[in-house]
Formats: sequence, structure tokens, C-alpha cells
Amino acid sequence: MNLRRFWAVARKESLHVRRDPSSLGLALGIPMLMLLMFGYTLTLDVDHVPFVVWDQSGTSQSRALLAHFTASRYFDFRGTVENYGALEHVIDDRDASLVLVIPPEFARRLDARRPAPVQAVVDGSDSNTASIILGYTLGIISGFNQDITLAQVRRAPGAIPSPALDLRPRIWFNPDLESRNFIVPGIMAVIMGLIAALLTSLTIAREWERGTMEQLISTPVKPAELILGKLLPYLGIGMLDMVIAVLMAVFLFHVPLRGSVLLLFSVGGIFMVGTLAQGILISTLARQQLLASQVAMISTFLPAFLLSGFAFAIGNMPVAVQAITYIVPARYFVALVKGIFLRGVGIATLWPDILFLVIFALVVAGASIVFTAKKLR
Amino acid sequence: MWERIYTVLRKEFRSVLRDPRMRMVILVLPVIQTLIFGYAVSLDVRHVHLGILDRDQTPASRALAARFTGSSYFDVVAFPRDEAGAHRLIDASDAAAILQIDAGYEGDLKGGRPAAAQLIVDGSDSNTARFVVNYASVIAATYDNELVLDRVLRRAGQTLPVGSVDLQPRAWFNADLESRNYYVPGVIANLVMLVSLMLTSMSIVREKEAGTIEQIMVTPIRPVEFILGKCAPFAVIGFLNVGMVALVGLYWFDIPLRGSFALLSLGTAFFLLSTLGIGLFISTVSETQQQAMMTTFFFFFPAMLFSGFIFPIANMPAVIQWLSLGDPLRYFLIIIRGIFLKGIGLELLWPQFTALLVIGLIVLTFAVKRFHKTL
Repeated sequence: MNLRRFWAVARKESLHVRRDPSSLGLALGIPMLMLLMFGYTLTLDVDHVPFVVWDQSGTSQSRALLAHFTASRYFDFRGTVENYGALEHVIDDRDASLVLVIPPEFARRLDARRPAPVQAVVDGSDSNTASIILGYTLGIISGFNQDITLAQVRRAPGAIPSPALDLRPRIWFNPDLESRNFIVPGIMAVIMGLIAALLTSLTIAREWERGTMEQLISTPVKPAELILGKLLPYLGIGMLDMVIAVLMAVFLFHVPLRGSVLLLFSVGGIFMVGTLAQGILISTLARQQLLASQVAMISTFLPAFLLSGFAFAIGNMPVAVQAITYIVPARYFVALVKGIFLRGVGIATLWPDILFLVIFALVVAGASIVFTAKKLR
Repeated sequence: MWERIYTVLRKEFRSVLRDPRMRMVILVLPVIQTLIFGYAVSLDVRHVHLGILDRDQTPASRALAARFTGSSYFDVVAFPRDEAGAHRLIDASDAAAILQIDAGYEGDLKGGRPAAAQLIVDGSDSNTARFVVNYASVIAATYDNELVLDRVLRRAGQTLPVGSVDLQPRAWFNADLESRNYYVPGVIANLVMLVSLMLTSMSIVREKEAGTIEQIMVTPIRPVEFILGKCAPFAVIGFLNVGMVALVGLYWFDIPLRGSFALLSLGTAFFLLSTLGIGLFISTVSETQQQAMMTTFFFFFPAMLFSGFIFPIANMPAVIQWLSLGDPLRYFLIIIRGIFLKGIGLELLWPQFTALLVIGLIVLTFAVKRFHKTL
């Protein structure tokens, strides 16, 4: 390892970057634009679910049930329907996501102290939204049942008209359950990983394709110097991307940054080195830009997006797929960024994730140096 | 004319499929990815990791804890001894929630006072947190009802019937709310879009970079013929991909195919028309393969997120909803989900087919025009 030769490669590579301002612009502009777009638009919240009621009972009891729904922040009352055709119509036209059907004998059965069925019709084609809506519905119904029990027990001899169990939820880190606080740090990590792999995956493949690699072979530069020299300018761009992304998250989206800024950028740097090296490894093995870009997209973008826990919780996946997520570096980075931003935890809790990132960076950078050395020989 | 198109087509096929690694990437990887992502993509919240901090250690507190351990929504992973241990579980994401029962729980319960318990929820994943709070409150409310009635039984010596509302959920179109049915067709659409976009966006710019485009220019070929010849192999590959991946969906994931297979093929053809057009357009405006790839990515990422694949379009701001009207993936998702899950036909899907055709023709025209200029 000779610093002078390393520096020469780094300078050559940064000249490449500087002479291609449109690519540089894309590398800096894309993350900004994406964060802007996605930060404002993406939400998994199911709020203000439009619902209509077919109240066949029309009694004070049925109106009391309805009041429980209208009082909830999760539901928006959109009127009533009077027959089955109209019910079908509102679901098909997506005017309502939930229709409550209260049968005529509702009040009579409640007064007779028997279970009274109520139907909840939801559009199941988006299964996620549908099961969330049914969950909220069930929550409201259980609360209503509690009220009925207390009211009916009050008249019994020796009863205490107060609830027996009082469960108080306390939500940490994100008390308002703001979806943005969850999405923005995750998407930040995903975008950075993608940009890093995209930036480098083509650089070495380009040299092979153009035949300039042979020229590099004839120089005294060593594989390690070549690889690390090529990494350096892209690491600079990647860290600049990260500064922009963190600033946007804090000042534009008001995501609380509770942990250490230094730690955040350190793990960002480690992650960057790993993914940049992954791009170099891909291009060394592919030696062709078309193949390199395909592999880079497929091996970084989709896993980072779907297997990192950014939107889909890893705990819900089957065990075999969970095992695969352990080799996706974005998994650790997403966990780290969320941990530092929202939980404000430090190295004491986060060291396993950091360790994995370090190992990943070392292994991949080492592999790309070894393979370059092989190809050069 | 056909002869010239055929020549370009053959050349393009060869240059793409010559490399065995490239054959792997195009033909085998999409199948593997469908297998992995088909399992990964689900927003259902089940088996939430729960820690139980029981500082009362009485039969009553254990009975409350049993309500949570017995639920299919919660997996009890740990019984921390003290508050610090409980907080560590949350900090390290080993548990998404902690049920904390303080000393005196049983005393309050027996003394007729409201007995308090706490549920500490990790809010950093807001989606899971909402689920946890909701289901915990359902469990608590149901249990509270039993406790209240139990008190009456003990004091009055007789059971007291009470009325209750019995919820009967009816989910239309997807009765068991299987999220795989909803997401796997989406994964298919995404993979096909990614592969076809990437291949075409690199196709012309590669010749520009290698300098072979000049050689093509001196041949008598016309731009339209060149573009068609460039497109055709990728259309074939795209079709092959849809076929293979759809088979995985049908036979591995048991996704029902309720609609017509022919219509699905027609929809795929229309969809490929638009993605190939977009890919070619990117290829003609880019100078280097790196630029082409960045631009493709820049197009694909929002196209994927704004298509309704994961995030419901209805929740997005009006401007974005408006923007997503130009997104071919949005229409193809409606087509592929509609045909797979609802079994609907052209009588309902014609607007989507028309939209895809219009987008495809517009971008292809642009690509040809643009290519003409660079010639």
C-alpha cells in the first residue's frame, strides 16, 4: 500500500466524476428529490376510514354504537344506506371502506341480555388495509361491550360499577405514532445504499469494457491501492448525500434526532464503504456494464427495499426469509438509523449491528481486492 | 424492411444472451426473487414480540399475562426481572411491547378498585405500534368484562347475563384476507418492469459508448426498423419472465387465477410496450451507460412507490395522485390484480388497457423521433 499511488487513483477517479457533471448531479439530486417526494407522500397509516351504516334497528342503542365509531379518529362517518344494493354500490365505488350492518333485532337482543350480531363488510382486495380496519372495528366494539356490561351490572346486587382492569398503553419514541418518523429514517437508509452501489458498480466494469484496465495493469499500482483509490471519491459523494439527507430529515420533516450525530455519520461511513465495495466487487466480476448494472440493481435495490425492514417488518417473515435478511447490509443500517434517530440509543445497544456492518465492509472490500488481483494477473 | 428488423433482432438477442451469467440474471433470478419476496412482502402484524414484567407474581397477575400469551398476535419472548431489563428489551428491539403489572394488582382487583396494568409500546414502527395498542385493548376489554361479571358472581352468588355486540366480519373479494394474494401479483409486475427497463435503457447507449452506433448509421437501416429490432428481443424476454414468474405465483404460492390467461397476456404485451418505450427513450437521451442506469433508477423507484404496490394511492397528496396517472405500473397492477384475484375482464379493465397503450405509443414515438435527431 503506497499512499502516493492510492492518491493518484483517487484523483483520477474524482476527475472522472467531475467531468461527468450530469451523473454527479444525479448522484446528489436523486437522493434529495426522492426523500422529498417519499417523505411527504408515503404513509402506511389507515386513518379516517370512510364508513357508512345500514341501521335497521334505529334505536338509541344502535345510535350509541354509532357514536362510538364517529368519536374515533380512525373512522369518518359518510352517511347511511337503506338497502343491500346501495351497500354493494358504496363498496364497489370505494365510497366507503367499511359498512356496518345493524340488524333490526339489535336493541331487543341487547335488552334481553343476549349477544347481538353486527356485520362489518370491508373491501378485502387490499388485505392490509382491510385487516387494519377490522382490527379498529373490533377495538371499538370491545369498548362498547365494556360499557354495556358496566351499565347492566350496575343494577345487580352488590356490584361495583367501575371497570376491574385498566390497561394503559404508553408509547415510547413516537408518542403520536407519526408514520413519517418511521418512514423517513428508513427510506434515507435505503436510498443511500442504492446510490452507493449504483455509483461504483459501473466504474470498474467501464474500465474493463473500454480496455483501460490493461493500461492500469501496466502501471505499478497494486490492487488494494486501485480499489481503495476508486472508493474514496465516491465515499465523499455518499457522505455528502448523507449530510443532505440528515439535514432534510431533521429540519424539513422534523424527525427527532435523539442520538449522537457523530455515531450516525460513523455508521453511515462504514455502511457506505461496504456498499461501495459491493458495487466494485460486482463490476470486477461482471466486467461488463450491462451485466454489472443488472446485478447491482437486483442484489442491492430490491433486497434493500423489501428485506431491510424499512416497510415490511422482518419479524413477520418466514424463518427462511428472515435468515436471508442477515446478509443484507441495509437491514443493519436501517435498524441503526432508526435506533439513533428515534430511540437515541448508543453503541452499548447497537454494537451487534455495527459489528455486522464492519464485517460486511471488510469482507466485501477484501473480496474485491482479491478478485481484482486475480484478474490482473 | 422485415429482413433488416430481423437482422437487428438477431444481433441484439445474441449480444444479450451470449454471456451465460447474463442468461442467469435474466432467466433464473426473477424466479428466485419472486420466491423470496413473495414471502417477505406482507404488512400483516402477527407474532409481536412481547416481554412481560410481572412484579405482582400472584395468580391474578399470571391470569392477565396468560391472556396475552394465549393470543396468536403476541409471542412472549422474555420475562424481564426489573424495569431496567424491560427497557433494555425495547431499546435493543428484542421486544416490541412490554406488559408491566405492578405490585398490588391482585389487591386492587380483590378490593374492588380498578387494577392498573401498563403496556409499553415501541412507537418507532408506527404501523406495528397501532396494531399492538389496538389488539391489547381488545384483549383487555374482553378480560375486563369477565372480571366485572366474576365480581358480581362472587358477591351475589349468581351469574348475571349481559348483552354484547358480536362482530361478524365479512371481507369481500379476499375472504381470508391473505395478503400474499394481494402482493405476489405486484411483485411479478415489479420484477418484469425492472428487467425490461434495465435491458432496453442500456441497449442503444451501449452502442454509443462502444462506438458501434456509427457503423449502424452507415447501414441502410431506418430508425423505426432499428428501434423495433432493438425492442423485440426484450419483449420476448419480458414475456418469458412474466410466464415463469406467474407459474411460480400460481403453483408455489397458490395464488388463484380467476380471470382469463389470454387477457393477462394481452395486458402484459401492452405493459411491455410502455416499459420498453420508456427504456428506449432513456437510452436515446443518455450519453453513458452510467447515466442511463441512474435515469432508469430515477424513473423506476418512484414508479414503484407511487403505483399503489405497497402504499395506497388514496393516501397520497393530490399532486402525486395526479402524477401517478402517468405511471404504467399503476395500470398494470390493477390489471394483474384484477385478473388474478377478482377475475374481471375487459369490460371493467378497458380504461387501464387504453392508458397503457397511449403511454406506450407516446413514449415510443418520442424515442424514435429522438433517435432520428441523434442520427
